[in-house]
Amino acid sequence: MMAIPLFGALAMLVPADRFLRTGFAVRAFGTGVSAATLLVAVSAMTAFDFGDTSRTQLQADWAWAPAIGLRFHLGADGISLPLVVLTALLTFLCFLYTLRHPPAGGRIRLLTALLLVLEIGLIGTFTALDLVLFFVFFETVLIPMYVVIMLWGGDGRRAAAAKFILYTLLGSGLLLAGMLLVAVNAGTLDMVQLAARHGSGVSRGVQITAFALMAIGFAVKAPMWPLHTWLPDAHTEAPTVGSVLLAGVLLKMGTYGLVRVALPLAPDGAQVWAPWLGLLAVIGIIYGALACLAQRDLKRMIAYSSVGHMGFVLLGIATLTPVGINAALFGNIAHGLITGLLFFLAGAVKDRWGTTDMDAIGGGMLGTSPRLASVLTFASVASLGLPGLAGFWGEMLAMVGAYRPHADLPRAAFVTFMAVAGIGALLTAGYFLRMLAKITHGTRPAAAAAPGAVVSAQEYAAWVPLIALTLLVGLWPKTLLDVTAAPVRALFGGG
Amino acid sequence: MIWLASLAILLPFLAAFGGMLGGPALGRLLGRLLGGRSARRDGPALIACAPVAVSLVLAAVVAFVVWQDPGERTGTLTVIDTGSVPIRVGLQVDGLSAVVALMVCCVALAVQVYSVAYMDGDRRYSSYAAFISLFTAAMLLVVFAGDLLVLYAGWEVMGICSYFLIGHHWEERANSRAAVKAFLVTRLGDVGFLIGIIVLGLGARTFEIHGVLTRVWTMPDATLTAAALLLLAGVAGKSAQFPLHTWLPDAMAGPTPISALIHAATMVAAGMYVVARLYGAFAAAPGALAVLGVIAVISMVGAALAALAQDDLKRVLAYSTISQLAVMGAALAVGAKSAAIFHLLTHGAFKALLFLAAGCVIATTGSALLAHHGGLRRGMPVTFWSMTVGFAALAGVPPFSGWFSKDSVIEAAQHAALHGGETTKAGWFAYAPLNSGPVAGEVTMTHSFGLYQDQPHWRTLPSGVAWLVYLGLLLTVALTAAYAMRAWLMAFFGEPRGTYEIREPSRIMSWTVAALAVPAAILGFFGLGAGELRPHIGPALLGIALLIVGGGAVFLLWNRDPASDPSGALGPARRVLARGFYVDELYAMAVVRPVRALARGVVRFDRRGVDAAVVGAGRGARRLGGLLRIPQNGNPQTYLTGLLAGVVVITALVVIFR
Repeated sequence: MMAIPLFGALAMLVPADRFLRTGFAVRAFGTGVSAATLLVAVSAMTAFDFGDTSRTQLQADWAWAPAIGLRFHLGADGISLPLVVLTALLTFLCFLYTLRHPPAGGRIRLLTALLLVLEIGLIGTFTALDLVLFFVFFETVLIPMYVVIMLWGGDGRRAAAAKFILYTLLGSGLLLAGMLLVAVNAGTLDMVQLAARHGSGVSRGVQITAFALMAIGFAVKAPMWPLHTWLPDAHTEAPTVGSVLLAGVLLKMGTYGLVRVALPLAPDGAQVWAPWLGLLAVIGIIYGALACLAQRDLKRMIAYSSVGHMGFVLLGIATLTPVGINAALFGNIAHGLITGLLFFLAGAVKDRWGTTDMDAIGGGMLGTSPRLASVLTFASVASLGLPGLAGFWGEMLAMVGAYRPHADLPRAAFVTFMAVAGIGALLTAGYFLRMLAKITHGTRPAAAAAPGAVVSAQEYAAWVPLIALTLLVGLWPKTLLDVTAAPVRALFGGG
Repeated sequence: MIWLASLAILLPFLAAFGGMLGGPALGRLLGRLLGGRSARRDGPALIACAPVAVSLVLAAVVAFVVWQDPGERTGTLTVIDTGSVPIRVGLQVDGLSAVVALMVCCVALAVQVYSVAYMDGDRRYSSYAAFISLFTAAMLLVVFAGDLLVLYAGWEVMGICSYFLIGHHWEERANSRAAVKAFLVTRLGDVGFLIGIIVLGLGARTFEIHGVLTRVWTMPDATLTAAALLLLAGVAGKSAQFPLHTWLPDAMAGPTPISALIHAATMVAAGMYVVARLYGAFAAAPGALAVLGVIAVISMVGAALAALAQDDLKRVLAYSTISQLAVMGAALAVGAKSAAIFHLLTHGAFKALLFLAAGCVIATTGSALLAHHGGLRRGMPVTFWSMTVGFAALAGVPPFSGWFSKDSVIEAAQHAALHGGETTKAGWFAYAPLNSGPVAGEVTMTHSFGLYQDQPHWRTLPSGVAWLVYLGLLLTVALTAAYAMRAWLMAFFGEPRGTYEIREPSRIMSWTVAALAVPAAILGFFGLGAGELRPHIGPALLGIALLIVGGGAVFLLWNRDPASDPSGALGPARRVLARGFYVDELYAMAVVRPVRALARGVVRFDRRGVDAAVVGAGRGARRLGGLLRIPQNGNPQTYLTGLLAGVVVITALVVIFR
């Protein structure tokens, strides 16, 4: 699965006059490679035994550096499989979109290679079962994203890219320290073995320290309030494909890491820190929503909405209950689909209007480009958590989890968190409707230039799968919950 | 049985889906196949109307089967494992849901047929009709839901449909604002509703409605009261009760058929329906019932007063909806569940009639302001007589439907007030029945008797609240008669006050209205079948007396000067009433502005506080780097000096510490 994008990225190193001379050919090549990856991911899904989702399947296990016990150990279970498929899908859609709408800044060959490396890193992170391997893939993601923002970004890209890389590297440093702390104490780097032990063999003090270090590392990625400030800048400046992948998948690495690495490795530490995690999560929900309410820029608003949505995901994790973790995993996928769609749409708006400033766009989008506006309305409604669409279930289950958190956690605090999260959901509806009223309703300002472009086939191709999946997962949440429920229960030591 | 019910829900849903995706294209195709008059509109109209019509037939079959063989039927499609309490995707059919579903389908069909003519020439008709279909499907889902979360899904989808439909003419900023307000205000209540569902569901360890109701008695009092109060927040939002009522009058910005749909069959009815559905939980929490009673009294009297002073015909009807829903709330608070549902049905019939007739008036006169109407009875006899029936039913003139249902509510309230807050026993047992004749009433009563008989402690309402409800109801009767009389007189009598030709609008519209006048007139007689719904001589006479007082006073005022507005007699209070007691202004001051200010504050804080700390840390690091850079200036002499100094120090240390 990873070999294909790797091959593709290497092929991009061949000098331009020898192989794939035109920019379009390069883009088509990228599309083909990512389509092949998607195919492999889908076939992995068919090969996957859904009767036993808690077992790690499709494993690959080779010795890597035997001297220090490193193994190249990959595999997927019910927790990681949906994310792997999501990654492959979003990357493919990004290439599809780039076919027709390449970002300004040229050097398409480099962009293709970078996106493919990014995909390797993401899929690797979601399938790695060895701590060091996990960390290597986790870091692999950073550099391509940095370069993507740096080379194809907007006006303030330099500062945004620098902030992104420094912030996340700092988080990664702490993460590595935390992981090694556990690994050295437990004497193995294999995540399956470590998870099976449920933290036994590691003293409580070490667990508390290790969880704090790892949680900060992942929280930067997630991002959790108050470690979020790299996100709006990076999103606003990144090109459309960068934003889509950043919001759609990169953020999930943080929450996935919490569930996959931090919780099973240091369960005692998790119990100590969970109330604080929950507190910061609900602050993030309210804070993100309020920040959205006063935004003037469409992309920045969607970026801050991510802070709020990931707050729900983190709240789910903080409850330390099966239902909460299910909520988090569901929320991950739903947010990936919906926010990916929203950023595609923001990109489409920017293509047509040349700006994402809501005041400059004016109103009346439903009149001038009804299809774009309708899809934007759909995505917003999905994002504000309407039942029947994907966004709702994650939020609702997180609240269910918070109402009855893990027995050792302070119940009163979590019930308060639940109520506050409910207010956050209301504010979320508020800012999305404000945005819709501002740019889709009303009449078009006379001064604004008429944006003529109709929705292109490539744009449709990028949107429709996301819309369809949002509907499918929303109307039939069982598809996703059935996959995640069993491994989550295993995570807590149950059958 | 369950399949019929699920089909009834699915059909409008599919219609919505089809209409939204391929409305115009499909319409063109169908139009060509059928060779219709205007190929652009007949197709979407067919997609809109036919599925609802089939749903109506299915709902009728369901109701008939329930009438023949009362009882609860549940069906579960699938169980979703959440890691905690599972969600059962399933439906539940019983007398209550069957009869309400029938009403919903009737009104939805009427609205769809009416809209074909009313929205003629609207280029977004296709999406408009699709949203009505979706709205209907969502309401039917609420009605038939067998699980609290399934119910919530339908409940929220209705909210978003109301948003889209109220904002149908989004070119006007005012409509867009009204739509946003409607969604946000109801969503505020829904946050409470969802939390209430979670509290109730986790307390009972199931989200299944039937399971929750049977396990209500095992839950601690505090949990139950909290859950019931939280649910009430959602009910107040959806049913537009004080203090969350402010969205409803503004929602008049939507097209008139939408108002009929929202006010009569869906949305606002859903709130009261849910209280009836979960009545077991409310009945076990008398605190919540008392709160419901107080809310209902404030809403019904306040809204009736506000209705007296409105300039806009649709706003009069909007406030009357708030007031009438509060009457149902009052009935539920005093334990008369059957009476409440009875009033819900009759109200559905006459309010749909009133709105659609008002739509005819507006289509003819081109204005919704009462001051522009007048003398319409001569040119538009169908509308006039239909609307007369509607107003008579609203005011409770015997023998129109509203009189029967309101009378049964008053009787229940009187009983509760006179017997120290003890709720009427009759109300409990009628778990389902109503629509159907005497037999069904008796049978279902005994059936549900078994369900509730052995439950030990029915608790009672505080008698003060019971008295408050009773007096509020009586006052409302008089006020309702007054505002109904005022609107009727100003619209149809006197001299025409505008330059328009008075004639009936399109035939489809006026005949739909006439068809709705039939149930509005006679629906009340069905109530004679059930004992607790029969009129009683005492409250009935009292009601008629108050009716004459209220209506008569307005008539005398108007008779003095037919050209002027009778509400002028209210004097300075008129202004306050017309603005709905300035509740909107209060909210703007107390909620909207602080939230906006807070949002701006957060953005500022994000830039200056959190982000500045980050950037500052970066700068600090660079400065630190600058300090460290000083020794590494690339000058070999410095390095050599440092090296030598190091060697000397090390040698010295070795020598000293050896």
